[in-house]
Amino acid sequence: MAQTYFSKDHEWIVVEGDSATVGITDYAQAQLGDIVFAEVPPAGTALEKGKEAAVVESVKAASDVYAPVTGTVTEANAALEADPALVNTSPEQDGWFFKLTLSDPSELDGLMDEAAYKAFVESL
Amino acid sequence: MTDAPTQNDGVLDDDMVDAGPDTLPLDAWHRARGARMVEFAGYHMPIQYEGIMPEHHWVRAHAGLFDVSHMGQLLLSADDGHAGLDEAIEALVPADVKGLALGKMRYSLLLAENGGILDDLMLSRWPGGIYMVVNGATKYDDLAHLREHLPDEITINHLDDRALLALQGPEAFAALSRHVTGEWPLDVLGFMTGGRFEICGVDAFITRSGYTGEDGFEISIPADAAEAVADALCGEPEVKPIGLGARDSLRLEADLPLYGHDLDEETTPIAASLGFALSKRRREEGGFPGYERIMLERAQGAILKRVGLIVEGRQPVREGAPVLDGEGSEVGRVTSGGFSPTLQKPIAMAYVPTAQAVPGTAITLEQRGKLFTGIVTAMPFVPHRYHRKGA
Repeated sequence: MAQTYFSKDHEWIVVEGDSATVGITDYAQAQLGDIVFAEVPPAGTALEKGKEAAVVESVKAASDVYAPVTGTVTEANAALEADPALVNTSPEQDGWFFKLTLSDPSELDGLMDEAAYKAFVESL
Repeated sequence: MTDAPTQNDGVLDDDMVDAGPDTLPLDAWHRARGARMVEFAGYHMPIQYEGIMPEHHWVRAHAGLFDVSHMGQLLLSADDGHAGLDEAIEALVPADVKGLALGKMRYSLLLAENGGILDDLMLSRWPGGIYMVVNGATKYDDLAHLREHLPDEITINHLDDRALLALQGPEAFAALSRHVTGEWPLDVLGFMTGGRFEICGVDAFITRSGYTGEDGFEISIPADAAEAVADALCGEPEVKPIGLGARDSLRLEADLPLYGHDLDEETTPIAASLGFALSKRRREEGGFPGYERIMLERAQGAILKRVGLIVEGRQPVREGAPVLDGEGSEVGRVTSGGFSPTLQKPIAMAYVPTAQAVPGTAITLEQRGKLFTGIVTAMPFVPHRYHRKGA
């Protein structure tokens, strides 16, 4: 049964066993505006929780996307190269960034569930 | 003449707003229309309403209203008439001020003794003197410079009780003409001319000019009338309010440099590819700051030159990225970079060695350890569509 978590950096992570899919939230894409480029880490990249994992560029600004957990990338979303606007149109489905294998599932304990994230966004 | 931060740390870390910026006359108006506000030039200003991309396309297709009230509006006058005034201003800028007829407008540069650019500005001949629009971020430095260097007989009036609105786009004339009355119809104005009109019952000084490459107008009105005028113009079907974000992408496509980024005290008019701002008479007669250096650079070329680049791939290369030579040494730098909504490609302005400032030349850029290729491209990236009247 897949479970969804959220980070304070506005990433979502859907976990199934020790594999997970990562993207940015609808709130994040709305704040960034039109995404014109997304650079996602290729399969095999070792990511460390809280460190830069991907870059998204809007017309105006470049922003880092951090890894919400430590792990190794198993697949990057190749569709973002041709159509970076997927991050805007489908941030929590087709606009996913990468999949990874979790190194330490206990890191998930520090993340929020959907209700907590919703409250967090409303507090901003 | 607009800007916003180019790099955020983290997806949404908002390090754009410092404590203490001032508010402009339309502050509440922007917020009521859903603008996202940022600090720019010491003011809270709208960076976007519905989004930079749709706002950019709207201006190229219709008309957009920009609040540029942060810019400095100055009126310079002299008791003894224009002759003393024109001469005094000509000592600080390379424009032909004496040849500026009533209602005419000219782009010029405030120059330092070494020929460096202190600011870029617009000069217009009003009945009462020379009206100057300078950048918001530099206006107090400009005022200090003018006070120090102009003779005491020249009165400098900072018109800080006035707002400045820009209406830009191919449908700007149609929308504005429904609200303007005056001694003459609005269509007497061609590009780079201005005059007195009335809009929403208040006196306005309107010039046909702007910062987008499109036909358009800049409208100087009393600050307390700004909301009524903005409401009236945005009530027209052609007009939407546009933020600083789209102003920046529009001006970048149009080869219009941004002071503090593409121009600064280290750049000269020739290096900045602004040779057109040196009028023929002034080139021959001299008498402006940095004359010898600027004329030498005009004859022999400056070391670096501002060019336009189309960046290969889809990733924008931003301000500050170094230009590298074959050995990997830094020989220049990107001064503005972003994604062109019109071309759907990343574009940039950069200073490169003059020998490489030739269209078609491949320039190597570096950003975050990654190399990019920019192709030198004749600017503007998107053709100007000014409303020029026959000479």
